[in-house]
Amino acid sequence: MSAVLESSVVGNPTSPYPTAKGLTIAIAGNPNAGKTSLFNALTGLRQKVANYPGVTVESKVGQWTLAPELPAAKLIDLPGLYSLDATSLDEEIARDALLGRNVAIATADVIVIVVDATNLVRNLYLATQLIETGQPIVIALTMFDLAERSHLNINVAKLSEALGVPVVPVVAKQRKGLDDLAKTVLRNARPSVICDVVSPLADAQPATRQSKLIQRYAVIERIVSDAVDTADEGKPNISERIDRFVTHRFLGPIILVVVMLLVFQAIFSWASLPMSLIDTVFTGLGQFAKTHLPAGVFTDLLTDGIIAGVGGVLAFLPQILLLFLFISLLEDSGYMARAAFLVDRLMRAVGLHGKAFVPLLSSFACAVPGIMATRTIENPKDRVATILVAPFMSCSARLPVYTLVIAAFFSGRKFLGIISLGAVLILAMYVMGIIVAIVIAWILKHTLLKAPSPPFVMELPPYRLPDLGNVGHALFTRCSIFLKRAGTVILAISILLWALAAFPRTASKAPDAASVQVQNSFAGRAGRFIEPAIKPLGFDWKIGVGLISSFAARETIISTLSIVYNVGDDSENKTSLVDAMRNAKRPDGSPVWTPLVGLSLMIFFLLACQCMSTVAIVRRETNSWRWPIFMVSYMLVLAYVASLITYQGGRLFGFS
Amino acid sequence: MTLDMIPKDVTARVAAVESTEGQGLRLMEMGVVPGARVRVVKSAPLGDLIQVCIRNYHLALRRAEAKSVTVVLE
Repeated sequence: MSAVLESSVVGNPTSPYPTAKGLTIAIAGNPNAGKTSLFNALTGLRQKVANYPGVTVESKVGQWTLAPELPAAKLIDLPGLYSLDATSLDEEIARDALLGRNVAIATADVIVIVVDATNLVRNLYLATQLIETGQPIVIALTMFDLAERSHLNINVAKLSEALGVPVVPVVAKQRKGLDDLAKTVLRNARPSVICDVVSPLADAQPATRQSKLIQRYAVIERIVSDAVDTADEGKPNISERIDRFVTHRFLGPIILVVVMLLVFQAIFSWASLPMSLIDTVFTGLGQFAKTHLPAGVFTDLLTDGIIAGVGGVLAFLPQILLLFLFISLLEDSGYMARAAFLVDRLMRAVGLHGKAFVPLLSSFACAVPGIMATRTIENPKDRVATILVAPFMSCSARLPVYTLVIAAFFSGRKFLGIISLGAVLILAMYVMGIIVAIVIAWILKHTLLKAPSPPFVMELPPYRLPDLGNVGHALFTRCSIFLKRAGTVILAISILLWALAAFPRTASKAPDAASVQVQNSFAGRAGRFIEPAIKPLGFDWKIGVGLISSFAARETIISTLSIVYNVGDDSENKTSLVDAMRNAKRPDGSPVWTPLVGLSLMIFFLLACQCMSTVAIVRRETNSWRWPIFMVSYMLVLAYVASLITYQGGRLFGFS
Repeated sequence: MTLDMIPKDVTARVAAVESTEGQGLRLMEMGVVPGARVRVVKSAPLGDLIQVCIRNYHLALRRAEAKSVTVVLE
């Protein structure tokens, strides 16, 4: 035997399959079957989210050490699916990867199918479908401890024999059975086949499809009843008892509202300290660079472009992390499915699906993860409708704009004598966003995206105590995605915006040099160019510059206005910007900013789609430029009209 | 009798599932096949969805979909 071959079978004497190069292993299974827990237990922190270019795939890839002497295997975590006959985008992605039909994902040497031991029959539906395709398969039997506790005595050897593939019981949290799983995977590695089966039930007549499906279930039932001593069924379990309160006719909606209020309260109050901390650090960094570097274009680029731009966006990291913390806690505990169950009727009234609730809720932090979460919605038209209204949820990037306007023109004022007017205004923005989303969704579902009322078949997973390790992993992943974005796209946009405001250079030594510079820059010229169009909204050209720059990201308007008003970075930024805004005068001597102008601006920011990241994600998720272009245009028209009505209507009623 | 008609906490057996469109198929893929035992757990507030227990897990479906499932009381 040659040396090459000998080295290739190290640690794997029973199989001739070369493992030296490192295996590729896919992990698949039903949603809620414990796939993520197993993935995290196998890979630890050695995982990252991989984006495959050109396709709508985002899947987690980790490294799994099968044996110490072998290179780590590449473990691919696929979205959950119930059947190879996919009904949602998530399922299609998983199916195509499993059948070797997705060129962007490497075909697996072994597919680990996660099967929930407490829910064998339904989980085996997918497993048997996959076994029939002839792929190399190992079944990981999760929740084995829970099954034992509820007196389901599973004869693993018998089950394995009947299915014709190895079955390994595991308890991911306690790391039980993981070594066994690794050994079994090594023994069963071989190249997978590329299947031309699109879906097992396709092409057949409805009656044939039904009978095929019933036959499969009959086979599974026989296998399971042979291998398992079933415990008594039908007793209400703990989840059902919890549901008596959580999805109670009256208590349920109250609990839902309280949970949402708590989440938002936490996001806004807990995040403020780390946010101002990040802000302080970056302001300090900018000052440090300014004082220690020679003045010039490069220093300006570094301080005004890079540090200010990236820092301004990073300040939102605490809020985004907190929101993801709550979302993953709610998701892992099983509550999210109950929320969808509770609100489905309301969502259906506007033509959306109960499952649209989670994406829309996420969009209050940031529309990007919200839009990605729409992949679980089966009907493509429902999914697009949800994507198109998600940006109306007031995201965290709008808050700085609201806060600035309120600080400048509404601070200290009371509504009805007791409540702060600022709080009322912010609440009004949130509510208005929701109402607009409802109206637009209704219109879309009755015109462009007309489709019969979507069906609703959803599993209500048992309540489980969220696993802090899993939640930590999810946060870590989100955090790194966000940081990567801040380091690439947002960095590039910041530099571009800075350049637009910094060129062409105006040589001036006057005290208002920066202001003059902006006035003559490309951005300033653009602001003047659009001034006639935005004048009816109450905006002058300086606000116009802010609007243009904020089309990349909303919060940019603050740094732009600071530059335009020549506030400078040295003093406390916001207070001086507020003063500058209060003192700004039009050529005729009247103030530029009035409370009405501020309100008009807030409404414009609520309704316009000023976010490059959102546009990019919509492009990726819908796989065309059609929807992102449509979204940006209709939202812009809506924002313009609403601001126009606010400003002109307000003036008509004598406000200023 | 169809699944949307049986009262809360009553166990029935699935007799047939009508599936002219894809959705009946999904219900069956989720385990709602003839012979399976099913129990209605509750209906959602505002009453459009029902929650059933089948094959040891819980499933939410609309009344319209439940109508396509013929059941026999045990």
